[in-house]
Amino acid sequence: MKIRLDNVVKTFDTFRAVHGVSLDIESGELLALLGPSGSGKTTILRMVAGLEYADGGHIYFGTEDATDIPVRERGVGFVFQHYALFPHMTVSENIAFGMKVSKVKRSPEAIRKRVEELLALVQLSGLGERFPGQISGGQRQRVALARALAVDPRVLLLDEPFGALDANVRRDLRRWLRKIHDELGITTLFVTHDQEEALDLADRVVILDKGTIVQQGTPEEVCRNPENAFVMRFLGDANSLPATIRDGMAYVQDVAYDAAGMADGTAEVLFRPADVAWREDGHGVPAQIVRVLDRPDSRRVLAKTTGGQSIEFDTAPEFPHRKGEAGFIDIRRPRIYKNG
Amino acid sequence: MKRRVLPGLPLSLGITLVYAAIIIVLPLIALVFKAASLGPADYWRIISSDRAVASYVVTISCAFVATVFNLVFGLALAWVLVRYRFPGRRIIDALVDLPFALPTAVAGISLTTLFAVNGWFGGPLSALGIKVAYTPLGIMIAMAFTSLPFVVRTVQPVLEELDPTLEEAAQTLGGSDLSIFARVVLPLLTPALLAGVSLSFARSLGEFGAIIFIAGNQPFETEITALLAFIRLEEYDYPASAAIASVMLIAAFVMLAVTNLLQARALRYTVRN
Repeated sequence: MKIRLDNVVKTFDTFRAVHGVSLDIESGELLALLGPSGSGKTTILRMVAGLEYADGGHIYFGTEDATDIPVRERGVGFVFQHYALFPHMTVSENIAFGMKVSKVKRSPEAIRKRVEELLALVQLSGLGERFPGQISGGQRQRVALARALAVDPRVLLLDEPFGALDANVRRDLRRWLRKIHDELGITTLFVTHDQEEALDLADRVVILDKGTIVQQGTPEEVCRNPENAFVMRFLGDANSLPATIRDGMAYVQDVAYDAAGMADGTAEVLFRPADVAWREDGHGVPAQIVRVLDRPDSRRVLAKTTGGQSIEFDTAPEFPHRKGEAGFIDIRRPRIYKNG
Repeated sequence: MKRRVLPGLPLSLGITLVYAAIIIVLPLIALVFKAASLGPADYWRIISSDRAVASYVVTISCAFVATVFNLVFGLALAWVLVRYRFPGRRIIDALVDLPFALPTAVAGISLTTLFAVNGWFGGPLSALGIKVAYTPLGIMIAMAFTSLPFVVRTVQPVLEELDPTLEEAAQTLGGSDLSIFARVVLPLLTPALLAGVSLSFARSLGEFGAIIFIAGNQPFETEITALLAFIRLEEYDYPASAAIASVMLIAAFVMLAVTNLLQARALRYTVRN
């Protein structure tokens, strides 16, 4: 099922949560809505589900305008961050709930069979008689997924699905969700504030800030070519140095970087900690080492430029320099963004 | 031994036990002894006399109706207070406690005045052929009035804590409002409802002050058990009074045991492996 958002707006009291967002989600796609808290990502997800009504714009499921279809008739599967399992029902009863309340009557035998299939799909066969309070967080989230899939939804929506789990379980569940998605081919939209999760799992990532889309693309596109400083910073650690643009060159102190096509004015140069080489002489921004932190696979160097900016970069474990030594930082892959 | 932040278990336990013994257990023992001073034959004769049996029927049937009324109305009141924001909500919330704060005799006199044939409510009702004061209906109203807060105050906190995403999840799964209420909300409120209902019923069984003014107190018709025990007391027939009271005591114990069992059943799902 292809989903299309056309200029969707949502305002809470006086707070504009979503400003005219337009988005196409292809059939069978696994798409991540990524953004900091307050960026409107959960509101967008809830509007697609019908748990919130859009104040403006339209939401299409295929060719059908679903904007005003109530949630219970919209045919979406929704997985909540804190599972929202019914605590007084067993795992099997939770999964069967949607089939029992459905207008489409199913025989108890058919329901039992479908519950067994879904338990097998989420690898929880044999736990059907347990109550949610008696299983682990990761298992609960899998039950929530099975419950959402039981009603054969047209689209699967997940709100920070792994947010309440610890790191190891998260990674396993992430890979497992990708596998399930590839098996079922259901159009899936999930919300996360964790870039690693979005990049790891999604076919396409939509990055949001303050209720608008700032960039969208495959993980490769957004990682290799962040369109603005917000995306660059949000996707990972980034150092920033102030720069001035003159005649198509960006100057950081006395070092020039290519900024062809950019208008004169102030700018900032952003770069990843891995994209720095330390030089004892020659080309680069002069700096002094403030501290060296040791990691199992690298050394992280905290340094200060002679202009007074703090920067961090990663070096090989063999990096021989110590606190207090002066040198130059040579920036590979600088990204230059105009201020304002 | 594990060290605790607050010391003094022997001291605090001692104080509580002594207190409970003096305030609760001692009067009950005295009651049992007094009743036991009658021979089995006399005891049975007193508690099975026609007048006593009629009073049990009146008390229990009225308490039952009052409790069912409070179950429905108390749940509705708690629901409205928790789920909606409207002007005057806090005032209504405060008013719920009024039956607790008001002396029951005052409540009884007020209700009698309102529901007497010439009262504000009694007048129009008697025009419709409904008599409230001096009938079992009056007893039910007095019982319902004094025991309403129990249901509201036990259900309210549970309803406030009810995770709204449960209802949202049920909606996304296609549940209608009615099926969500019946299958999700009500089962989760059941333990609290049972607790509130049992307290409400116990209070109704034992209510005295509010009822005697409105009941008319006709033996065999509108005489409650608590009043019969009081009448025996006034006649200085202490053993008979204690015998009748012991029946109420046994009824209260049985009812508490039953509701505890039901509650344990309703809370099965919270038992962990």
